[in-house]
Amino acid sequence: MTERLRVENLYKVFSKSPEPALRMLAQGAKKAEVLVKTGIVVGLNDVSLSVPTGAIYMVMGLSGSGKSTLARCINRLNEPSAGRILLDGQDIVTAGEAELRDIRRTRISMVFQHFALLPNRTVAENTEFGLKLQGVSPRVRRQRAEEVLSIVGLARWGNHYPHELSGGMRQRVGLARALATDADVLIMDEAFSALDPLIRTEMQDELLRLQRSLKKTILFITHDFQEALKLGTRIAIMADGELVREGTPQSIVLEPGSDYVAAFTREVDRSRLFDARSAMNPVQPVPLAAGLSLAETGDGGGLVLDDAGLVVGALDADTLRALRTGGTSLGNLLRKDFVTVHECDSLLDVARAHRAGRPMAVVDGAGRLTGTLAADRILAGIASTPPQAAGGPHA
Amino acid sequence: MLDADDLAVFPVDSWIQDGVAWVALNLRPLFLAIKWPVEYVLNLNIYLLHEIPFLAFVAVAVLLAWRLASLGVAAFTAIALVAIAALGVWSEAMTTLSLITTAIVICAAVGIPIGIGCARSDRMWGVVRPVLDIMQTTPTFVYLVPVVMLFGVGTVPGEVAVVTAAAPPLIRFTNLGIRMVETEMVEAGLAFGATKRQLLWEVQLPLAVPTILGGLNQTVLTAMVMSVVVAMIGAEGLGLVVLQGLGRLDVGRAAVGGIAIVLLAMVLDRITQKLAQPGGPGGRPLLRSLRGLFRADRPVENQAVAGKTVGGPAIANPDQ
Ligand SMILES: Nc1ncnc2c1ncn2[C@@H]1O[C@H](COP(=O)(O)OP(=O)(O)OP(=O)(O)O)[C@@H](O)[C@H]1O
Ligand SMILES: [Mg+2]
Repeated sequence: MTERLRVENLYKVFSKSPEPALRMLAQGAKKAEVLVKTGIVVGLNDVSLSVPTGAIYMVMGLSGSGKSTLARCINRLNEPSAGRILLDGQDIVTAGEAELRDIRRTRISMVFQHFALLPNRTVAENTEFGLKLQGVSPRVRRQRAEEVLSIVGLARWGNHYPHELSGGMRQRVGLARALATDADVLIMDEAFSALDPLIRTEMQDELLRLQRSLKKTILFITHDFQEALKLGTRIAIMADGELVREGTPQSIVLEPGSDYVAAFTREVDRSRLFDARSAMNPVQPVPLAAGLSLAETGDGGGLVLDDAGLVVGALDADTLRALRTGGTSLGNLLRKDFVTVHECDSLLDVARAHRAGRPMAVVDGAGRLTGTLAADRILAGIASTPPQAAGGPHA
Repeated sequence: MLDADDLAVFPVDSWIQDGVAWVALNLRPLFLAIKWPVEYVLNLNIYLLHEIPFLAFVAVAVLLAWRLASLGVAAFTAIALVAIAALGVWSEAMTTLSLITTAIVICAAVGIPIGIGCARSDRMWGVVRPVLDIMQTTPTFVYLVPVVMLFGVGTVPGEVAVVTAAAPPLIRFTNLGIRMVETEMVEAGLAFGATKRQLLWEVQLPLAVPTILGGLNQTVLTAMVMSVVVAMIGAEGLGLVVLQGLGRLDVGRAAVGGIAIVLLAMVLDRITQKLAQPGGPGGRPLLRSLRGLFRADRPVENQAVAGKTVGGPAIANPDQ
């Protein structure tokens, strides 16, 4: 995956003369200390991160942790104090006025928490706002506005005013306005936080649906961990202006790394978040007979694989023992009642598929066995204690 | 014992007299330059308002009041105008109205740009603000002193006084209106790459319109008051009717002038006040009202329709 946006050692301190504060931060001082000693508020303290193209990159943290400051530094609504922000390799921080305007017009757009629609303009006029600023002709921009409005499901609302719309619909207009300019990068600062829970879920689904076809690179700010898990391909967690944890949703829940992060993960529904791979026992097949190998399932039995790694059958503990001592022939002893799950299936689906007494095979996209799962491991994966011998997070 | 009058040893009055004489002599081109546009616009207004036939004027005024404000205001306007004519001071009323409309034109042309400048530059606001404070705390009467000294007496100097007195509220409200625009709106403009000029024209000014119209209402009322007061420096109009009545101890004549002034003031206030009232959450009173002028349905009804649609359609994804 290529990288669209890269933030390197970004600092933001809110002061006309930031040098003393920056010097303290460089020497390892924290936000609180700088505030006490200099009276200067630190927004960002040495933040570095990398946003892959097409990712929904979630930034989360408690109020005042610097999420908005980070988002607003990216399009320089906040002027960074030090550091680099690379958009496709081009440094935004050093961009001149015209260059910055161009970036804002065509490459980065923004969705606001309280929508920030202009009340004196219709939905269509709001949608084409960015294009109007670019000087696009009325006919072309209106056509584009109608296109994006129908993408967000507001095709017939163009001539209405924002105050005639519900909150969810207004934010669709906000989204449409951001999409209209064709910018690759979307910044969404708590874009769904002002919506009530039902509409919010609906907008999250809508965003995921749109993202499947649009493939924008989205920097999404939220203070809701469930939202971060649902939408995020990666999550960055901030505290006091610093980035304290970064990774895939699964890896963060598996290994929070600090109490601060763990506090967010406590309420998580792990059965939906984790897949079979995270809880399975990875297999180490041993040769069994000509052209066949055996992967033990841990309960004394095992799964029998062919040369290609495909499961041909299962052996229960007794048969396996008999086989090893006696030298009975294999063919008619193979059980065919094993359960197959995909390694990307959620633990919730895995638990549903599980049948007592039947071995469970975890296979990859090609149908090759990658691991086995027993009931205790499924439960351990769903419970909050991370399973000890698991394959670990695939971060 | 020290008497207060003993302290009056400084001939301040003659210093000022000399100073003003010097200024009037040496800065004459400047004052002419100020006077010229005022005189031009004023004469144009006086000419137009006196030429327009009475009935045509009433018709236009009533229509404006109806479209911009309401049917009630329109009815009141009709009655008030007929009453003014019945009092026999129609021509004077038109002169007073000329003083006011001229003040509106010039205040808008000068005051709004100054207000915009103040909103965009704290330093400029820092300079302008104390000046406005002084202007607005100065009793209208006192305005007349420097005006007479620098511009002389008559209707045109009177108009200069009217404009000077009426401009501050418009400057203040323009500045306030622009500064009050929500930061999120301004940031939306910036985030989509607006230049400073685009930000002003596309975001700030349109959203400041209701506040600016509020300032315009204040300007109209101040101009109304001032247009009467400037009768004392020889300006014509309803003020002069009152002044002459008082001078001749002709209470009836003075009262006629006074009643006409009150009627005219109320008409102007009602119309401009309605203009400035934010017409619902849309906040586009002027545009909507002006658009209403050219449409069959009245602005008030527009609002009602808009209000109804809010609760109507389903919240979610109506088109897909
Ligand atoms: N314009 C500003 N001037 C001074 N300090 C500021 C400014 N904007 C933000 N801050 C400070 O920067 C810190 C980070 O603020 P920021 O808005 O980024 O937090 P946040 O994580 O977005 O919080 P929330 O969840 O409440 O939106 C806070 O301590 C805040 O007080
Ligand atoms: Mg925030």
